[in-house]
Amino acid sequence: MSTGLVSVAYVVASILFILSLGGLSHQESARRGNLYGVAGIIIAVGATLASVDGGVTAIIIAVLLGVGIGIPIANKVEMTQMPQLVALLHSFVGLAAVLVGFSGYIEPLIATSGTEHTIKLVEVFVGIFIGAITFTGSLVACGKLDGRIDSKALTLPGRHLMNLAAIIVCVLLGAWFLGTESMALGIVALILMTAIASVLGIHLIMAIGGADMPVVVSMLNSYSGWAAASIGFMLGNDLLIVVGALVGSSGAILSYIMCKAMNRSFISVILGGFGQTSSSSAAADADQTVHESSVDDVCEELRNAESVIIVPGYGMAVAQAQNGVSEMTKLLRDRGVNVRFGIHPVAGRLPGHMNVLLAEAHVPYDIVLEMDEINDDFPSTDVVLVIGANDTVNPAAAEDPGSPIAGMPVLEVWKAHQVVILKRGMATGYSGVENPLFFKDNARMLFGDAKDSIDKLVSGLRG
Amino acid sequence: MKIGIPKEIFEDERRVAATPPSVHKLIGLGYDVIVEGGAGEAANYSDAAYEKVGAAIAADTSSLWKEADFILKVRAPMENPALGKHEADLMKEGAFLVSYIWPAQSPELLEKLAARKITSFAIDSLPRISRAQKMDALSAMANIAGYRAVIEAANHFGRFFTGQVTAAGKVPPAKIMVIGAGVAGLAAIGAANSMGAIVRAFDTRLEVKEQVESMGAEFLVLDFDDEDGSGSGGYAKQMSDEFIKAEMALFAEQAEEVDIIITTALIPGKPAPKLITADMVKSMKPGSVIVDLASERGGNCELTEPGKVAHHHGVTLIGYTDLPSRMAKVASELYATNLVHLLTELTPEKDGQPLVNMEDEVIRGLTVVNENDITWPPPKPESPVSPKPAPGTEEPSAEAKAAAKKDADRRSLIGKGVLLVVTALALYGVGAHAPESFLQHFTVFVLACFIGWQVIWNVTPSLHTPLMSVTNAISGIIVIGAILHLAQAENIAVGIMAFVAVLIASINVGGGFRVTHRMLKMFRK
Repeated sequence: MSTGLVSVAYVVASILFILSLGGLSHQESARRGNLYGVAGIIIAVGATLASVDGGVTAIIIAVLLGVGIGIPIANKVEMTQMPQLVALLHSFVGLAAVLVGFSGYIEPLIATSGTEHTIKLVEVFVGIFIGAITFTGSLVACGKLDGRIDSKALTLPGRHLMNLAAIIVCVLLGAWFLGTESMALGIVALILMTAIASVLGIHLIMAIGGADMPVVVSMLNSYSGWAAASIGFMLGNDLLIVVGALVGSSGAILSYIMCKAMNRSFISVILGGFGQTSSSSAAADADQTVHESSVDDVCEELRNAESVIIVPGYGMAVAQAQNGVSEMTKLLRDRGVNVRFGIHPVAGRLPGHMNVLLAEAHVPYDIVLEMDEINDDFPSTDVVLVIGANDTVNPAAAEDPGSPIAGMPVLEVWKAHQVVILKRGMATGYSGVENPLFFKDNARMLFGDAKDSIDKLVSGLRG
Repeated sequence: MKIGIPKEIFEDERRVAATPPSVHKLIGLGYDVIVEGGAGEAANYSDAAYEKVGAAIAADTSSLWKEADFILKVRAPMENPALGKHEADLMKEGAFLVSYIWPAQSPELLEKLAARKITSFAIDSLPRISRAQKMDALSAMANIAGYRAVIEAANHFGRFFTGQVTAAGKVPPAKIMVIGAGVAGLAAIGAANSMGAIVRAFDTRLEVKEQVESMGAEFLVLDFDDEDGSGSGGYAKQMSDEFIKAEMALFAEQAEEVDIIITTALIPGKPAPKLITADMVKSMKPGSVIVDLASERGGNCELTEPGKVAHHHGVTLIGYTDLPSRMAKVASELYATNLVHLLTELTPEKDGQPLVNMEDEVIRGLTVVNENDITWPPPKPESPVSPKPAPGTEEPSAEAKAAAKKDADRRSLIGKGVLLVVTALALYGVGAHAPESFLQHFTVFVLACFIGWQVIWNVTPSLHTPLMSVTNAISGIIVIGAILHLAQAENIAVGIMAFVAVLIASINVGGGFRVTHRMLKMFRK
């Protein structure tokens, strides 16, 4: 295939990718968007295959093997494990970027000299650096989301200095790498830098607490894009550059949205350690009691309610209660109760996590609303069911200026006539901040596993 | 130690300080329990039931008082006419006592108890903090009184509470006004509302508006600059003259309209405020009912006769002072449970030996006599229910705010300027030194970033997870680079690296698109 045709194919693929992202602006067009993406990648890979001279067999084997592994994993994964899977896939992009970067250094596809050569070496170096951070960072994020690694923020003494030192060493290694003529020394520099970047990636993500995971995942998403873009520069391949830039800016915007939803600056999230500050000015007053409720009482309240808002959180995902919640929604809607869902932007461990779980359980998406859409409706709501959410409904954010989460926009559930909180115990949320909501007069606690409680509510509502 | 439960001798008092289930729990705390014969009869608890859970039945009144080391009672100790002795004198020296005492109104009683070294806990002096709620007999009794007030009103009211449309004609619903939305008032609102009446409520404390509305009543608001009547400890305080004038005007207006008025207004340590005048009673419709829950302290209505039902101007005025006692069974049950909770606090070791810990805020408040010291009143409790913002933390003035905003604006402008200069310099550096080929790619890169920026902002938040997984799948495009290397690999190491890269990037592509597809399939209207 001629270079011209390949270039045209790459342009088509680029357009398809842009359409793919654009398709996600609405639910109706989202599936078509995904298909555009598939078409784009098939065209791109096909055109590349047609243009190369040798090794077609090995390539086809590797591609088929990869797709053969990837699709079954994707078929099998539970929707609640989605965050882990996405994080794991990010690490693959990172690793691929590292490997391609090394290959590009050892056997450059295009011979370069002079300034061009220096620029290319910089591109190789940056690509591998970002790739390595993405790789190990994503693995740690995946482990944290999966519960294999303690999701509390790890705060080593002098961690900012350690990170800074690691970056400085990498820059020095970069200078050495650019200066050396010998390929062997260059490779040594690259390997050293990769090792340091890998440790840096682990340390960076270890220092970020569980509640900030939506930011972390979208940030890693962004990194994987930038890694692809720098590899694109190295190879002089515009398709990779375009896609890398698209993905990179997408992840960056998502991170920004998530940070705004938590009223935190991006820098403070990245620097981590937030999960550690557990004391608050509104720390549990000894003089506070919670009101416990029973399944029967909650059933009664739901039956008599005209409007109900359900606020799910990570706890619902952990308990896998979404199907029960959907069933309950259906029962209540059949009774003529106006049931809606209020979703906080950072509920769960991924942006949009709750929407996916509710969609999986067949909750119609037009009753699933965002925080801004529903916050004004709480005062006129009879019953709010908070299922496994904590920090996102914490009145301290709005009422207590001394609270570590002060100013974070939250769902104002306490304004409803009655709030029922389904919770396992009195533990604090990931931010470690005490929640005064539980002590409000109109709040009732329904202790127990969210799935058990919901199932009991469902059978209670049926009976 | 032996707990004694005497029979109440106050006229018409039907309650008893312990029930068979509470006796069981008291025994569990390590105490022996002795009950006077017939103590629970009026509340429908037989002697046999007490014996069954392990209590002894005292032969007669004086033997109970002689044997018991710890007396649990409802009413404050009083002169026993049958024995011709005061109950305080009947008790063992150095014994313990829990009952209503009303220490402010009965200093002689305190002296009598102190003289006999009787450590006395006044259940009515319990600090009103949340931790003590489980022992709050006043609230428990007020709840019963509020409910009973509605029942008594219904009893004397000649109509339905709920509106009905029947073949025999249409009946309007009863209109009820509740004054004072404390525990009793809220209970009355709830009871009246559940019977179908239209309920309105008034309280000087604005903070209770939500509670009133949550019970299903309309909160009456004065046309008056909002003066908040919240005093310390959750009680009301006395209001200014103008406020009272406005309040009275509201009541006069309501009196003409409503069928039933239930008043529960009390101010601590003061006689009950007179809120319903004789003229207002006169203006009410014939057949209307007033229930005055404050009658024991003089009544909120001028015409109330404490303890009796009176009729004036065709209006029935109910001034019963024993409403909780009229529901002796449930009242005894709740009171007994309050006392069990108190005894549990007093007996941390569960060894039947009370421990008076004067460091504990709750115990300190309750204890009015400690051996021979009168320890009433306790040090003042702090913190009203809703603290006003402290002076000095007022909103900054408008000018200060404007100045602060201007400052912030200027800083952000400077920040933007610096950013612009840095960007310009960087672009100049790139343009001046970078080779042609790089600049081409650079152009593509910058434009792609902008496209990404524009496109992503349109993505609906509910699709953020699919967005992430689709961008993740797309970033698998790095497979192209790996393929190019694999195709030309000469070095075996490069070949292996490129092969692995193609493999994992393909996993990413396949898995990413597949999982996105699965997710999107689930979104449906």
